[in-house]
Amino acid sequence: MRHIISILLENEPGALSRVVGLFSQRNFNIETLNVAPTEDPSLSRLTVTTVGDDRVIEQITKHLNKLIDVVKLVDLTEGNHIERELMLVKVKALGAARDEVKRTVDIFRAQIVDVTPSLYTVQITGDAGKLDAFLQAMAPVGILEVARTGVSGIARGDKVLSL
Amino acid sequence: MELLSGADMIARFLQDEGIEYIYGYPGGAALHIYDALFRQDKVKHILVRHEQAATHAADGYARASGKAGCVLVTSGPGATNAVTGIATAYMDSIPMVVLCGQVASHLIGEDAFQETDIVGVTRPIVKHSFSIRHPSEIPEVLKKAFYLASTGRPGPVVVDIPKDMTAPTERYEYVYPKKVKLRSYNPVTRGHTGQIKKAVEMMLKAKRPVFYTGGGVVTGKASEGLTDLVKQLGYPITTTLMGIGAYPQSDRQCLGWLGMHGSYESNMAMHHADLIIAIGARFDDRVTNSTSKFCPTAKIIHVDVDPSSISKTVRADVPIVGPASSVINEMISLVQGHKIAHPEALTEWWEKIDGWRADREGKLYEPSKPGEALKPQEVIEALCRVTRGEAYVTTDVGQHQMFAAQYYKFDKPNRLITSGGLGTMGFGFPAAMGIKQNYPDDDVVCVTGEGSFQMMMQELSTCKQYGVGVKIVNLNNASLGMVRQWQDLNYKSRHAHSYMESLPDFHMLIEAYGFTAITVNTLDELEPALERAFADKHELVFLDVKVDPFEHVYPMQVPLGAMRDMLLSKTERT
Repeated sequence: MRHIISILLENEPGALSRVVGLFSQRNFNIETLNVAPTEDPSLSRLTVTTVGDDRVIEQITKHLNKLIDVVKLVDLTEGNHIERELMLVKVKALGAARDEVKRTVDIFRAQIVDVTPSLYTVQITGDAGKLDAFLQAMAPVGILEVARTGVSGIARGDKVLSL
Repeated sequence: MELLSGADMIARFLQDEGIEYIYGYPGGAALHIYDALFRQDKVKHILVRHEQAATHAADGYARASGKAGCVLVTSGPGATNAVTGIATAYMDSIPMVVLCGQVASHLIGEDAFQETDIVGVTRPIVKHSFSIRHPSEIPEVLKKAFYLASTGRPGPVVVDIPKDMTAPTERYEYVYPKKVKLRSYNPVTRGHTGQIKKAVEMMLKAKRPVFYTGGGVVTGKASEGLTDLVKQLGYPITTTLMGIGAYPQSDRQCLGWLGMHGSYESNMAMHHADLIIAIGARFDDRVTNSTSKFCPTAKIIHVDVDPSSISKTVRADVPIVGPASSVINEMISLVQGHKIAHPEALTEWWEKIDGWRADREGKLYEPSKPGEALKPQEVIEALCRVTRGEAYVTTDVGQHQMFAAQYYKFDKPNRLITSGGLGTMGFGFPAAMGIKQNYPDDDVVCVTGEGSFQMMMQELSTCKQYGVGVKIVNLNNASLGMVRQWQDLNYKSRHAHSYMESLPDFHMLIEAYGFTAITVNTLDELEPALERAFADKHELVFLDVKVDPFEHVYPMQVPLGAMRDMLLSKTERT
């Protein structure tokens, strides 16, 4: 099953490599990875999506917790949560397809953020499924370049991941 | 307020931390530190002949004393040479702090002379690592390093020190930090009381219980408590290789150790048990054999200070995260005043176990006949007699390691010093050196083989320099015995590169360093040679014992089988 694990990490050089290294060292799997400093400059928030059965996920969270640089973590998929990913896509926009792309962008509630005579650059936010669906819809038109941030997430309700 | 250079802070910190010996090897990036050590006389630096030996020596000391060992190496090759020793300590959870010189900050990343990203290289084999970024950080970082290395589940910590951090011209305030805090590191100090109660209830109701305890009891200094608990309950106990001596092996309740080359009765008892009480052990593949066939009728209580060890390979029914000592003490107080529910079942259980014991009694190996080559097992039994079972025994890796663990009887913890997890050939001799320097009045013996010994034999020179009187028992079968055994069993005796051609004349080699060597060929010569070797505690003596090259280590679990599936000799199996 797919899990989203969010980690508060010491904002120290090398901290990220310990997390990433742990996954390869222990044969765990990283689907997406997203990391940036938080409002507290001494902490980074790292969100990783991974796939595994309960035993594997238990091992992943235990081993992550053992890393000295990991201050706190939560498996967001254990409760209700909001999951978002941002994607920038360059798609061909020539002739009749130009209008078709615009319509699809509207349907997906995406935005065109840059324009040239031959292509659109589209910005779209959503869960991974929505982004995948958009790419599928654009495939016949011609996708030139994709940049995805990887999943970020936060728990719904009063639950807060902080110190 | 005292102003010190980074290098002087390191020397001063080590004094304040109570470090007596530091093992190392100098080089460019570490020279400021070496100069600071030279200008003081409290911390004694031991100059090894290879950095790997420095880590093994510090590791040996740490295993014998329970305190963190300390190593100092230079950047680049100095640090990479230490890697095997760091990995060895990591796999066996041994507290160790390794100080590595590094090229000056402005050179980092430029492929400077003797530059290696040692923090990167060692990342998967350390508990944690630090890079010093300002000299003023040094006291606190070093304190954190020692604190992390020796608390919770212990392990090695690497501190990377760029040369400019130790420059003699830059001075900063030095205060010895008595305590440090890390917001993300709070090792558990006791187990969950509810879980412990549940475990004790199961323990009292068990009909076929077995204690299975490991290195965590030794490093957790919980041997006394364990012995109390096991005696109070009257249950059988088996230990892992790393846990040997945590419970006296000469006691009737001790079944020896378990796993791939564990005792027949240990493995049989585990397989038939209805309750396994695992403490400070990690269900390693050398213990469990095939996990799907592991102990089919048993419920499992698992106590470990490291939550990630619990349910890693075998699911625990009652997990308890906590240090062995406090959990055991709590168990003792809960057991007191209670009787076990099924004393008749326990009697039956012991009858069964005694039956297994009797099955193998006198059949463990075939002693040598007059005129035949010595059996390695005979050598270890004689060594145990001569040292009254009280020596610190270090081993290298292979058949001799298994024989030492099987035939020397350990009644105390921290006495068998062996690389269990990583299985590092070359570990034994420098480890013995580290122990002997710290325990000069005790007998310290390295049981080795001619293969392993040649991996670290340059340390004879270190022993000469510091007058280290370790004893070396070389079980010389002129082959890499364990490799050969596997080739006999799995490769139709095609001995690919397991034969040690061109062995040196060990007698001459040892004498070249000014030490005594004794060659032993027959059983008659064995005990007198051992007596001679141990006559003077401060003299290094090397026994080159020629043993039967065709001997195998048994029992040996059958791969992919259950605990009880064992080869018992070249012709018998369960």
